[in-house]
Amino acid sequence: MKKPFERFIEGGLALSGVVTILTTLAIIWVLLSESWGFFREVSIVSFLTDTEWTPLFTNKHYGILPLLSGTVLTTLIALLTALPFGITISVYLSEYAPKKFRQSIKPALETLAAVPTVVYGFFALTVVTPFLQSFIPGLSTFNALSAGIVMGIMIIPLIASMSEDALRAVPKSLREASYGMGATRFQTAFKVVVPAASSGIIVSVILGISRAIGETMVVAIAAGQQPTLTLDPRDAVETITAYIVQVSLGDVQHGSIEYKTIFAAGISLFVFTFILNHISYRLKKKYQEQYE
Amino acid sequence: MKFIEAKDVNVYYGDNHVLHDINLSMKENTVTAFIGPSGCGKSTFLRTLNRMNDYIDTFRLTGKLEIDGKNIYGKKVKVEELRQEVGMVFQKPNPFPKTIFENVAYGLKIQGNKDKDFIEERVEKSLKQSALWGEVKDKLHNSALSLSGGQQQRLCIARTLAVKPTIILMDEPASALDPISTAKIEELISELKASYTIVIVTHNMQQAARISDRTAFFYLGNLIEYDKTTEIFTNPKNKQTENYITGRFG
Amino acid sequence: MSSLRINRIIDKGFQYVGIFATLFGLIMLAIFLFNILGDGLSRIDWDFLTNLPSRRASKAGILTAWVGTVWIMILTALIAIPLGVSAGIYLQEYGTKNKLATIIEVNISNLAGVPSIIYGLLGLEIFVRLMNMGSSLLAGACTLSLLILPVIIVATREAMKAVPNSLREASYGMGATKWQTTWYQILPAASGGIITGVILALSRAVGETAPLIVIGALAYVPFVPQTPLDEFTVLPMQIFNWVSRPQKDFLENGAAAIIVLLLITFCMNGIAIYFRNKWQKKINW
Repeated sequence: MKKPFERFIEGGLALSGVVTILTTLAIIWVLLSESWGFFREVSIVSFLTDTEWTPLFTNKHYGILPLLSGTVLTTLIALLTALPFGITISVYLSEYAPKKFRQSIKPALETLAAVPTVVYGFFALTVVTPFLQSFIPGLSTFNALSAGIVMGIMIIPLIASMSEDALRAVPKSLREASYGMGATRFQTAFKVVVPAASSGIIVSVILGISRAIGETMVVAIAAGQQPTLTLDPRDAVETITAYIVQVSLGDVQHGSIEYKTIFAAGISLFVFTFILNHISYRLKKKYQEQYE
Repeated sequence: MKFIEAKDVNVYYGDNHVLHDINLSMKENTVTAFIGPSGCGKSTFLRTLNRMNDYIDTFRLTGKLEIDGKNIYGKKVKVEELRQEVGMVFQKPNPFPKTIFENVAYGLKIQGNKDKDFIEERVEKSLKQSALWGEVKDKLHNSALSLSGGQQQRLCIARTLAVKPTIILMDEPASALDPISTAKIEELISELKASYTIVIVTHNMQQAARISDRTAFFYLGNLIEYDKTTEIFTNPKNKQTENYITGRFG
Repeated sequence: MSSLRINRIIDKGFQYVGIFATLFGLIMLAIFLFNILGDGLSRIDWDFLTNLPSRRASKAGILTAWVGTVWIMILTALIAIPLGVSAGIYLQEYGTKNKLATIIEVNISNLAGVPSIIYGLLGLEIFVRLMNMGSSLLAGACTLSLLILPVIIVATREAMKAVPNSLREASYGMGATKWQTTWYQILPAASGGIITGVILALSRAVGETAPLIVIGALAYVPFVPQTPLDEFTVLPMQIFNWVSRPQKDFLENGAAAIIVLLLITFCMNGIAIYFRNKWQKKINW
């Protein structure tokens, strides 16, 4: 028999946990109820196929495609920047680097991850864009390239540190087997360790993508606020997140269609990141079982 | 023609002096067993023979370790070449999470070998040598992890044989296996002796007595006694050796 | 050339590539800090810290912004720490293998990946409108608390997991109840790890901009907030506002404000890392 006091405590603690469930439910409810109103006025077909997004103009179009292309473009550039660096760093730190080097470099990488995103936005706008403009003709002041690269730099620590964890979870005996047959460290790393850790590395990449899709301030500051259906990295683009910021900064009446658009944009964003996160969660569970 | 000779070998991990003035020579086509209590340095010494300790930051070795009269810690020695010559089988079976075929072919592939027929032939030959061919020939492309523990260990031996070493180091190769698998491994070792120099670390004294020609007893980082196996087990000259093999400590 | 030689060259080569890649991020950080300091350092003085915002760049200060940031930090800590630590305790010590705990766990890992701007939409509907808080400090703190809750819960769990089981058994063995064991033994032993996680989470809250923009925090607030129900701005909002203007003078203001913001986040991270190192030495019994 439990004492009443113990029961009371346990109930209180459980309730705190329930807050997180309520949060999820509330997010889903908020997004659904507000975008429900939106989709009663705009057909879902035109939402998905119209190539123009102009809710703030007189001639209104509600096609998500331009925002989507902006999001995909910046995310792609970020990934192309972060992936080679992130993977190289993780392999270097787990397979090559002396222990001392690793121990002193990790806090530095964490510092990089701790810089607020608005600061990265400033970096993109005032340092990276002028630098790129010096040798890329036709690069506009606001552009997808600079924002994407800086977003990539931002997620390097995430990919590097999660991949490193996955690499280090590979049993030492596999490395020894490979070294014992005369393989170099490079061969051991890329033919044995990386394949064995592949699901963990994929998880880190998926989370990196999800992070880039949801990133707001860098793109709001450096990529511009023009929803254009383009895949040219030199152009100014607007991502889903940047659009939400743009509307929030203005004076938009609650209940108006403009107000509802940010929830329609939000639910698209939520669906993408939710799918990606869920895949990575499943993969993670699977590879954790593998080693247990 | 492969003989191994250690001259005044000392090994340190940082400030920790783990092997003291080891002098011993091992002949070709023999099985030499290293015995001794845990922590006596026998595995450390075994690992110096193909430089598996190289990646430990604090590892340091003085003295000379020669294979066929060539110092393997010499400046011009390529450690990868040495390890192709001196293969190693580990305590726990450690197949790669790849297919059975890929496991055995791994050593050839990292040497840059691309001749498919040659690789297939060598894989088959190695698996036959390690007495595994009959059991796996129909499932070469299944995962190596689907094999039993004993089969995995024989696969690891086949993997080592495939790169044609002349010396094979075995670090307690049967300690993680059941008695039947152990017997198979021991049988295999006796067969391999004809063409390889074998050095084996073991905890199991009966095993040392059964399979080795010569035995070295290590204690607290020193080589206490080294002689023909029959001598060590019937007529040990050192008191500590006697105490250990009669089971008074260890 | 033999294939071994080629492989050895590749091996050596990758070593240098690896060092370069690792240092790349740090070089970027260095370039950036150098730039920021060059742009903004001369702008920082007593007036900059104590002036109200202004339409004239040279007169504008960050008083309302940093006071807002401090307010937000304290309010968020008051809401998120008790909730997060309690939920962490529940998952680690109480809810092992029951259904509620499993659901909470899956849920947390999904929440951790939800973009921060979505939390802004949540805060806008629930706190600002439904609960009628308006675009106040309290609404901002509630929104940020939900955002960092998963971080605190996970950190609490990890820290408690690191406490050896022998300690629990010793306490139970003397007849202590679950809560007594948790409160008197496990929590003190795990405190270093929990504090680390909490500080890192708060440092993240301090740097957030997007959710606060969405709940309607203002960029231009000409007064210092007095109560949690006042409207507010924070440093990242102020930076965003200045950076969005074309005039060069405002960019300099932005750089100066960034220096202040980075000082705060780096200090918090430094403290967190210090606690972690100290705690990790202690926990390796």
